Amino acid sequence: MLSGYAPVLVHLVLAVLLAAAVLGLHMLVGGRRPTVEKVLPYESGVWPIGSARERVPVRYYLVAMLFILFDVEIVFVYPWAVLVRELGARGIGEMFTFLALLAIGYLYLLKRRALEWE
Amino acid sequence: MTWADLSLIAPELALAAAACAALLQDAWATGPALESRSRGPAAAWIALGGVCAALLLLGVRPAGAAQVGFAGMYVRDGITRVVDLAALAAAGLGVMLSPPYLERFRLPAGEYHALLLLSTAGAMLMGASRNLVLLFLGLEMLSFPLYVLAALARRSRRSQEAGLKYLLLGAFATAFFVYGVALVYGASGTADLSRLGRAPDVPLLHAGVAFLVIGLGFEAALVPFHAWAPDVYEGAPMPATAFMSVIAKVGAFAGLLRLFPQALPQLAPAWGQMLAAIAVATMILGNLAALAQSNVKRLLAYSGVAHAGYILIGIASGGPAGSSAVLYYLLVYVAMNLGAFGVLLLLERRGEEADRVEDLAGLLGRAPWAAVVLAACMVSLAGLPPTAGFIAKLYLFRAALQDHRVALALVGALTSVVSVYYYLRVASVALSAGAADAVAVRHSRFAGVGLALAAAGVLWLGIVPGAITALVQQAVQALR
Amino acid sequence: MPALTHYLVLSALLFCLGLFAVVTRRNGVAILMGIELMLNAANVNLVAFNKFAAPGAMQGQVFALIVITLAACEAAVGLALVLAAYRSLETVYVDEINVMKW
Repeated sequence: MLSGYAPVLVHLVLAVLLAAAVLGLHMLVGGRRPTVEKVLPYESGVWPIGSARERVPVRYYLVAMLFILFDVEIVFVYPWAVLVRELGARGIGEMFTFLALLAIGYLYLLKRRALEWE
Repeated sequence: MTWADLSLIAPELALAAAACAALLQDAWATGPALESRSRGPAAAWIALGGVCAALLLLGVRPAGAAQVGFAGMYVRDGITRVVDLAALAAAGLGVMLSPPYLERFRLPAGEYHALLLLSTAGAMLMGASRNLVLLFLGLEMLSFPLYVLAALARRSRRSQEAGLKYLLLGAFATAFFVYGVALVYGASGTADLSRLGRAPDVPLLHAGVAFLVIGLGFEAALVPFHAWAPDVYEGAPMPATAFMSVIAKVGAFAGLLRLFPQALPQLAPAWGQMLAAIAVATMILGNLAALAQSNVKRLLAYSGVAHAGYILIGIASGGPAGSSAVLYYLLVYVAMNLGAFGVLLLLERRGEEADRVEDLAGLLGRAPWAAVVLAACMVSLAGLPPTAGFIAKLYLFRAALQDHRVALALVGALTSVVSVYYYLRVASVALSAGAADAVAVRHSRFAGVGLALAAAGVLWLGIVPGAITALVQQAVQALR
Repeated sequence: MPALTHYLVLSALLFCLGLFAVVTRRNGVAILMGIELMLNAANVNLVAFNKFAAPGAMQGQVFALIVITLAACEAAVGLALVLAAYRSLETVYVDEINVMKW
């Protein structure tokens, strides 16, 4: 049973060894002359502005949250799309009813101005 | 899905349609302002219309043999009928009792009513489940709106805290429930409740069922899954507290009823012991903790825990007697608990909820009818005659004795005696002569009618219980 | 070819990881992520049982889809409530949220 995983294990060990060897060799042989410019985070040659640990605007969460909802509901459309011919007119009716319900939610968001950025 | 399937879920569809209508109407009327200053009671009327339509659709369907739809996942039988009735009563009273409060504290009316109706539909789905996955869907549909309702007062820190706690603990319990569904499915090869009775008696099945109890026990606030109840009840806006206190019980016990006495009678010795132990712990802890409370919302939270323990007696006893007692108790509980909360909803202390016991002082002088309704509901919650609470407890204890669970009935009776103290303390403060200054009483015809209906239910179910008793006994005939 | 036990062990480990996250994390969003792990553990179980215990039927897989959708709804409602709570309570750490006693 578990012997089937042996090649994976060998692969894993080899990958770790190889990575360790390359990085170790670099540490031993390569030179290292750090300057201020070299250790700064790279921002297209521009001097960094502030810390990378910035707060994300709250609006971003709102849009992300709404995106999750509409995105995941699509999970039901995929199996329907595969079988749309077999399901016929009734299948189309059912799916569009489902989509209409999502549209009600969308209308609500529009009216409450939840999607406006500012 | 066929037209027959759709006509089966017509009451749920009516509620969902009304929920969408209320949501859109309010969004159109007030635009981006969630808490606008002027708003009519349009959303309340739409919601009430939805509840009435659902009741009508329930009524026109003949109470005959069980009908099954949606590939055997949904069943409309006697139990569905009574659970629907209880859930719709909770929704109707919840809508009627809240307008004065919503207006005063400027809560978003469209969202409140839409969430209330969707939650009701979830509880009804739980009562009609013939499949574990539909049960799960109903549980989620019941609980998501309740999380949001608890956090509906966006400027109140307590409300936000209540919503967050309810969500985190609720989602945690739900995860156990889903895992339980997966284990039961693995042990029996089916999620169909009507075929679980033939499942092999393997440890995996027992583990799965135990996980399911965690999920449903959380929603019903059974010890040891009750920790959320006091904080959420206290922090949530009062109309949300009132509604969730009854609808969560209706849904959770409908689920337990579908799961234990109906689907797993062959394992009765195993789960009967487990549920009986939980019931004893719940009754004792709920009643003792309620004794020490000075906040009425918190007191009613622990009282809700205690009542969950009483109702669980019926599930643990199983059989037709226990099941019909559970259904009867749910109907009674909706009427008496919403009646009690309905009176509190009329009060206001300096721009805040009047939720301390002493705020009720002198209520008799200023709003005699409200004081009398509150007293009647408290007497009923304590389980004293001639109110419905007495008859309902009688049925439960009789079912326990029939099943030779004397200890269970004894603990139930003793803890009821303890509960008389704290319920009657509230009632006596309300009927006393003193006056709590700074507490104002709002009058509302809408809420008045709701209170009258709740009080009528409490008295009617207590004095002439014949018709409803026949209904619940007919509902569980298939269990014989 | 992995057997049913492999999947069950994987699922149990996932579930325990999620449980561990829920119990130890203080950040509300991290707790939600732990809960998602627990739900996905159940999904692994559902799909595996569908393959081994009830072959031929699609029930388990369809259930997994339903669970995924509901998990997304839960994440959305959860994020919304954490966000709303952050606005008024100014923290997402559940041990600092104690206007009322736990």
